[in-house]
Amino acid sequence: MTLEARVGAGVAAFEIDVELAVAAGELVAVLGPNGAGKTSLLRALAGLLPLRTGRVILDGVVLEDPAAGIRVPSERRPIGLVFQEYLLFPHLSVRENVAFGLRARGMARAIALGEADRWLERVGLSGEGDRKPASLSGGQAQRVALARVLALNPALLLLDEPMAALDASTRIEFRRDLRRHLESFRGVRLLVTHDPVEAMAMADRLVVVEQGRVLQSGTPADVTQRPRSRYVADLVGVNLFRGRASQNVITLADGGSLTAAGAADGDVFAVVHPRTVALYRTRPDGTPRNVWEGRAVDLDLGGDRVRVRLSGIPSIVAEVTPAAVRELGLDRGDQVWVAVKATEVSVYPA
Amino acid sequence: MALPTRSRRRLRPSAPLPIVILASAGAAFFIIPLLGLLLRTPWASAWQQLGSAEVLAALRLSLLASLSATAIALTLGVPLAWTFARLTFPGRSVLRALTVLPMVLPPVVGGVALLLAFGRRGLVGGWLATTFGVHLPFTTAGAIIAETFVAMPFLVITVEAGLRSMDTRFEDAARTLGASRWTVLWRVTLPLVRPSLIAGAVLCWARALGEFGATITFAGNFPGRTQTMPLAVYLALESNPDAAIVLSLVLLGVSLAVLIGLRDRWLGAS
Amino acid sequence: MRARVVTALLLAGIVGLASACGPSGSGSASPSGPSGAITVFAASSLNAAFTTIGADFEKSHPGTMVRFSFAGSSSLAAQIQEGALGDVFASADQPNMQKLVQAGLTAESPMVFARNDLEIVVAKGNPKHIASLADLARSGLVIVLCAPAVPCGHYAAQALQKAGVSVKPASQEADVKSVLSKVALGEADAGIVYVTDVKAAGQSVEGVAIAPALNVVAEYPIVILKDSQNRALARAFISYVHTGGRETLARYGFTNP
Repeated sequence: MTLEARVGAGVAAFEIDVELAVAAGELVAVLGPNGAGKTSLLRALAGLLPLRTGRVILDGVVLEDPAAGIRVPSERRPIGLVFQEYLLFPHLSVRENVAFGLRARGMARAIALGEADRWLERVGLSGEGDRKPASLSGGQAQRVALARVLALNPALLLLDEPMAALDASTRIEFRRDLRRHLESFRGVRLLVTHDPVEAMAMADRLVVVEQGRVLQSGTPADVTQRPRSRYVADLVGVNLFRGRASQNVITLADGGSLTAAGAADGDVFAVVHPRTVALYRTRPDGTPRNVWEGRAVDLDLGGDRVRVRLSGIPSIVAEVTPAAVRELGLDRGDQVWVAVKATEVSVYPA
Repeated sequence: MALPTRSRRRLRPSAPLPIVILASAGAAFFIIPLLGLLLRTPWASAWQQLGSAEVLAALRLSLLASLSATAIALTLGVPLAWTFARLTFPGRSVLRALTVLPMVLPPVVGGVALLLAFGRRGLVGGWLATTFGVHLPFTTAGAIIAETFVAMPFLVITVEAGLRSMDTRFEDAARTLGASRWTVLWRVTLPLVRPSLIAGAVLCWARALGEFGATITFAGNFPGRTQTMPLAVYLALESNPDAAIVLSLVLLGVSLAVLIGLRDRWLGAS
Repeated sequence: MRARVVTALLLAGIVGLASACGPSGSGSASPSGPSGAITVFAASSLNAAFTTIGADFEKSHPGTMVRFSFAGSSSLAAQIQEGALGDVFASADQPNMQKLVQAGLTAESPMVFARNDLEIVVAKGNPKHIASLADLARSGLVIVLCAPAVPCGHYAAQALQKAGVSVKPASQEADVKSVLSKVALGEADAGIVYVTDVKAAGQSVEGVAIAPALNVVAEYPIVILKDSQNRALARAFISYVHTGGRETLARYGFTNP
């Protein structure tokens, strides 16, 4: 079971163009900020938003191909979609909600209701079938929504921010359950989220989307170690630079340069972890170091560390201990020297 | 001792004074005419007036015609409302304006328009008569048509508003669960807009029940056939104002009972 | 003819003068003749005729103004009973006038100033060849009458009874105008209305006279209302209707009493 899709779609002026390939057994998370086009991507895959260009192929069956004039309507796609806001039908009982898809596919009412009860038991809601959705907690509602979709045994399971509407404590519990259900699910699984923790915790592979385009794709480890966008760099909390390397010196696109050990020549990304950035009142001596002068524009205490945002060429964020801040007598607006060891600059091709 | 607490509690959702004054005036504006009607009612002869065959015939006809009109309005008006709410096509706004026109058109003009359409010499009336032998003017069917014409816009507008304000993602969810568009309509859309459907049907029915101008113009006035309650009231005003008042009260009582009953049962009002 | 007009004018002058000098002359009466404004409640069928008469009256009585309120006689009678202020009431029938007389709302006894004959109204060219009341009983005809509760329906029933004709109307319309419009639009083949209405309807319909022996004549009484604030002018107007207005009334199809 595989999904191969290239989705070119849009709502009015907002266009997305995303290429995806998901293998069976793989859980892919589409990660991106709000408004990146993640929901449009899911709606397009589900047939709720027509493609302008591209193709959707599931298990070798073309679901949509505008160039060939092929478009399988939503209701005939073997796809299940779990929505952020659950979207349980408020006029139907929990049991009838779960049975809805089975009934729509022609299953007799009594059998469908029995099946629904079995699924409710599986998601830990046995005996709650007669309740109305409005009386459920968020976590319960999302379980019902999950059962409603899983009961149809879809070939492709789409999860649109399934935990975004849950409160923090429910979320942890639901995530555990969701992971369990996803593990036993045999089809193709695609999770959309703006929450990096959720994405990293659940997914085998991340697809980072921003402004309707794929910026990066890879295992969570790969993506966090080698961010290729400011969005991911900010999520991971590292300094990301882009530039051109030549003989271990990277000329940065936004001004300044960094010396790095063992950088291949060409266009590169350079990552510097804030903890490896050292600050001094006077110019430090020493050997292969990147040293430049910057001005502290912001100090932010987080945990046992102080994040110092420095403006200079280049601008950078440092994380130092509160003790270090006291020793330096560092305050907002102060000039300081910034030092980064060449060995702490990790470089990879852009 | 309990009294001060209670009155304080009652005052809690306090309203600005101007609102209270204007709202009271607004309520009085409706209540005083009704009071006038009640005070002038000749209660002594009321039962006798009510028992007359003509009154009963008018009441029966009014209920039959207004309910039939509501049924037709639901059958044709809901698809129309859906079309206006969900489809975009050239001329939609013009078509929409045309279908709600009877709300502002003087009903008598509406009646004339119906004659020009369905009358003996009307656009389709002649064809109806020669092909199917159907004559609408001066028949109960004509009275129903006239009431439908005037009342249906209320249903269309209400249901359309309900469809527009509904969260269409429920329909998306239903479709991804494999429901055909028809199933989505019956099992999701219509149940979700049920309050609008009921409100629209009630408004439509109430308007049909009180319909006068289009009915008397298009269907004429004949006891038992096209003389609905409002027509009976109007004609009674000419000869027997007391009877007119009693008839109006019956009309009022029936509609009030239905409106209050519906509110409690279906509109979920407390 | 001329003599009659002269007498009428004289009479009007005398009446006007008398009311101006007499103790009953209240309001804004002046020595030179009645002045000021009055409101006349008049039956709808008088609309065209009275509008003309009112304008003529104002021309011949400078400084006066006559306002009209036209509606069905019964509506007007009801309005007056509910306290509507006015000076003159001209009804299209006696019963509605009698209501006011019995309620003590009139200042004097009413006088009949015009009559209106019934007529059969048919489509232009009389396509169904209707010549008499008896023809209305022919099968296959769509007949509309006024409702028995309104004067024209009441009179029509009387005329049909006199003729010994039984008609099954398709509809009992609320007023004459509705009967006319049903015939004019071709919905009905014939109806019974007043001569004045057929005249006023113009080109779209025509009238078929009813034999005088079978005809029923509507009497139009006029009266000064008790609450009139300008009885002098009201009296002058009524006199004028009887005299100077007579020709106008005839032009619109009314007959003299």
